[in-house]
Amino acid sequence: MKDFLERIKAGEILVADGAMGTMLYERGINIHQCPERVNLSGPEILEEIARLYFEAGADIIQTNTFGASPLKLAKYSYDDRTEEIVRNAVRAVRNVVGENIYVSGSCGPCGRILKPYGDTEPDEVYESFVRQMKAFAEAAVDIVCIETMTDIGEATLAVKAAKTVLPSTPVMATMTFDATPRGLYTIMGVDVKTAAARLEQAGADVVGSNCGNGIEKMVEIAQGFRLCSNLPIIIQSNAGLPVMAKGRAVYRETPEFMAEKAKGLISSGVSVIGGCCGTTPAHIAAIREVVDFHPGR
Amino acid sequence: MDLLKDISNNLQRGDDEKVAALTGQAIAAKVPPKQILDDGLIAGMTVVGMKFKAHDIFLPDVLLAAKAMYAGLNLLKPLLVKEDIPAVGKVVLGSVEGDLHDIGKNLVGIMLKGAGFEIIDLGNDVPPERFVDAAVKENASVIGMSALLTTTMSNMKKVVDMVNERGLTDKIKTIVGGAPVTSEYAGEIGADAYAFDGISAVDRIKQLLGLS
Repeated sequence: MKDFLERIKAGEILVADGAMGTMLYERGINIHQCPERVNLSGPEILEEIARLYFEAGADIIQTNTFGASPLKLAKYSYDDRTEEIVRNAVRAVRNVVGENIYVSGSCGPCGRILKPYGDTEPDEVYESFVRQMKAFAEAAVDIVCIETMTDIGEATLAVKAAKTVLPSTPVMATMTFDATPRGLYTIMGVDVKTAAARLEQAGADVVGSNCGNGIEKMVEIAQGFRLCSNLPIIIQSNAGLPVMAKGRAVYRETPEFMAEKAKGLISSGVSVIGGCCGTTPAHIAAIREVVDFHPGR
Repeated sequence: MDLLKDISNNLQRGDDEKVAALTGQAIAAKVPPKQILDDGLIAGMTVVGMKFKAHDIFLPDVLLAAKAMYAGLNLLKPLLVKEDIPAVGKVVLGSVEGDLHDIGKNLVGIMLKGAGFEIIDLGNDVPPERFVDAAVKENASVIGMSALLTTTMSNMKKVVDMVNERGLTDKIKTIVGGAPVTSEYAGEIGADAYAFDGISAVDRIKQLLGLS
């Protein structure tokens, strides 16, 4: 496989996959009680989802390991099965995509609030991420994606853990920003400038944002990253904020709408475009088409 | 009184050691505990809440201020109990069944405590009957429910229905909140109130209990 970082640094735009959680939910998986349990009980579902995104034209597929750090898994008493949970998730995607496209190990927040704001020791959080990264290393992921971070302290611990355990694996790091009257901030009060600087300093190779309020805000966020960082940018937007309809969450942004707005991401200099909550293979296929129409910069 | 103002200011800065020391000083100086609570801790937490609502400060500042508040409150509590000073009201709080998110719920708890309420925090993933049983057992007048997930918020209705079925609507009011929850949804499921955030939860609950 061609080198991931070389490709994006040469100006190529890569497409990442869309949502995992909402896809699992549609398949009857209870994602509220440990979304990674399915990695043990039914990894064939993960293969099915990976295949759909592969066929939609994704260049990067993320593993179902968002909460697969032992600290987070301990909530459900699955921490002793961290390695197995990660291995099964990576294998499921690899079985489908082989060496044709990149397998990206997803790593989300540990679910605790770090000292001094909360009562969890940063060392404990770092060790937890190290163990997840070791599992990624053993399972041979092509990329690590640290995502949905809101505390810059936790985000940098995860990036450092990834870079220490997997020094030659590209690391992408994204934070989730809200639009406040004062501008874009994570709930922990981190702005885009701080995020870009601290993530780069920690060793991230690609920086950016995921989840959030919808793709229009993401264009603004991407422009923010472009202004304060020379690193390649990744954006993985929700299909808008969910609204309730007949007791179900509905994400309103259509594949056509997101693909149209993705043009704004391309012109803002984004290198990796994917989806988060509510996006489907149809969204990724539509984004693929727009990206192919703009072959690099 | 300067001492109480100092408590409020240090609480706003999130200095738990100073707040504990100053609260100790105030107690030693025989300032009535209720006054330390109202003009020191509650006054400080009210400012923190307003600033957070106005986005002047962020979650980390609130969490530090809350730690400072608890540092003072822990010293005051035995005295308030001894002098039989009642809380403003008693609220049972939790994230609904299936929901493991608790930052929002904790913030509501912090703001309510900061306004003088007693909080029975049931944690997250709380089944409907636990809300109602706890409210009855603790003689609480409000059940506050939080949900971050669109897929768990329907469990709020089960609690509201259970309060109705057990004929407790006169005694127990229900209030809901959380990212996907709206006032329309609160109306739809028959909850007594909706709060957008921790600060408005304090206002709404005071209204529900006829305190404002």
